[in-house]
Amino acid sequence: MQGTRESASEKRLEKRLDMTEILNFIGENITFIYLMVLMIFVGIELISHVPSVLHTPLMSGANAIHGVVLIGAIIVLGKAADDDYLSLGLGFAGVIVGTLNVMGGFVVTDRMLEMFKKKPGKGGAK
Amino acid sequence: MNHLLEIAYLIGSVSFVLGLKMMGQPDSARKGNGVAAFGMAVAVLGTLFLGSEGFRVIPHIEWIAGAIALDVGAGTVMAKRVQMTAMPEMVSLFNGMGGLCAALISMIEWRALAVSGEVANMPVLHYLPVMAGLIIGTVSFVGSMVAWGKLNGRLGDFHFKGQQFINLVLVSAILAASWLNHVHAGEEGGVVWFYATLVLSGIYGLFFVFPIGGADMPVVISLLNSFTGVAAACGGFLYHNNVMLMGGVLVGSAGTILTVVMCQAMNRSLVNVLIGMAGQSSGSGGAKSASGGSVREVQATDVAIMMKYASKVVIVPGYGLAVAQAQHICHELESLLESEGVDVKYAIHPVAGRMPGHMNVLLAESNVSYDKLVEMEHINPEFSTTDTVLIVGANDVVNPAAKTDPSSPIYGMPILDVDQSKQIVVLKRSMKAGYAGIDNELFFNPKCGMLFGDAKESLQKLVNEIKSL
Repeated sequence: MQGTRESASEKRLEKRLDMTEILNFIGENITFIYLMVLMIFVGIELISHVPSVLHTPLMSGANAIHGVVLIGAIIVLGKAADDDYLSLGLGFAGVIVGTLNVMGGFVVTDRMLEMFKKKPGKGGAK
Repeated sequence: MNHLLEIAYLIGSVSFVLGLKMMGQPDSARKGNGVAAFGMAVAVLGTLFLGSEGFRVIPHIEWIAGAIALDVGAGTVMAKRVQMTAMPEMVSLFNGMGGLCAALISMIEWRALAVSGEVANMPVLHYLPVMAGLIIGTVSFVGSMVAWGKLNGRLGDFHFKGQQFINLVLVSAILAASWLNHVHAGEEGGVVWFYATLVLSGIYGLFFVFPIGGADMPVVISLLNSFTGVAAACGGFLYHNNVMLMGGVLVGSAGTILTVVMCQAMNRSLVNVLIGMAGQSSGSGGAKSASGGSVREVQATDVAIMMKYASKVVIVPGYGLAVAQAQHICHELESLLESEGVDVKYAIHPVAGRMPGHMNVLLAESNVSYDKLVEMEHINPEFSTTDTVLIVGANDVVNPAAKTDPSSPIYGMPILDVDQSKQIVVLKRSMKAGYAGIDNELFFNPKCGMLFGDAKESLQKLVNEIKSL
């Protein structure tokens, strides 16, 4: 009887700890959370009124921007131990695919948008 | 303390927002892409050479620089050499690479935590970003690869009964595995659950994209794009890295909205796309309208005469034009007709081709002047005064079933009202159904003539005939 009550209160304590843990986490990261919420609104605002002609280049451009994940790969590779070849190898692969995302993304977008630059002047020349 | 790195990240973040904003307008779009690329360069160089103590070179620079150098060339060549028609699958491929990158980061990070034994005493919230990055990144990678394969025709559609149910089970299994991973974290053998989460996420990626019809692929790619954005944001949370967080969240939210806007342009609900409705209902819809009527085949000579003596011709380009690489010859035909005094315009459906805006890009590539490309809302009232409509490899976007047949999978999609015009000519390889997999009653319309053959050859014939007239 005594034992079960103890363990129950222990559990409750643990749960309360969990709550404070969550609150602490939010407190520690409050600037990031603000940033996230604001960025969500910025993203929605930016895209809502775009002509459908630009959807494909825009998707491609956004695709290039999330290539920023490359920075994470660089950080991970940078702090891997010298003899930890598995981490080094995986990190190396991470940097490779990340760079591919960034470079390919921006170049493809640029090629698409290059087409939009040609205004009547050139097209009209017959 | 040196804040140069933070300043570099600030420049990066602001450039992303500014670049994306500029990309939303045709005039400044290209510059916007440049601005975003500049921001990326600043952020990456900052990461390599700046630390909290000021200038320093990141450890393992030889590995990093080697990887980047390898790729700057390869990525550029790949992106430069790809045909304009293959653009959508290229975007999908690059997107997958981003997802893979996020997943790899999580794998290394988890390994580091497990090796050091920290993980056992770690509050769950602190490695939540690692797990989220792993799951979302893997789903995005595998899904994008499937989308890539489907777009270039290497993979077909594949669905079976109860797929939605299995997907639900898979999602629960992923959550369960990551929970078990948390419970057994730090124990010997606990890492099994980490790999289980990884594998299950991969399988979910497969099952998520496989049943979705090819015509809906752009929506899926856009969605996976925003997934990768979220995965990148997880990385930002993990390293308290502002530029990753902002860039990732920005793409995550912009990508989601873009997905919704695209769905609206095609008049499909996102839910319908995701559970692969088109694939299932198309069978019955197709069978129903397959009956009745005969098509009228016409010869290039007749069409040439028809067009030369018309006063107004509207060309409706579709994916067939892109596949046949016929955009240049199409422009030639247009110039030729213009020089004969014919008013020529292009009717661009929002989803002509494989992606919104795809057709504009293709035609602009072959120097078709921008003001000749007329969007659907503006061209539809003009069809009643049009003499000849020339449909080049388009099908679903002119299918009257979208208006008349409630059982059709494309019912409700706005279409080009080509049947208002006096004459319709369809350039098509065969009577095969369009991408949505349904028959097109328009071809049985008495006003409609079919000119069978490859779009490029047919257009060439037309050009020759008009010249010789």
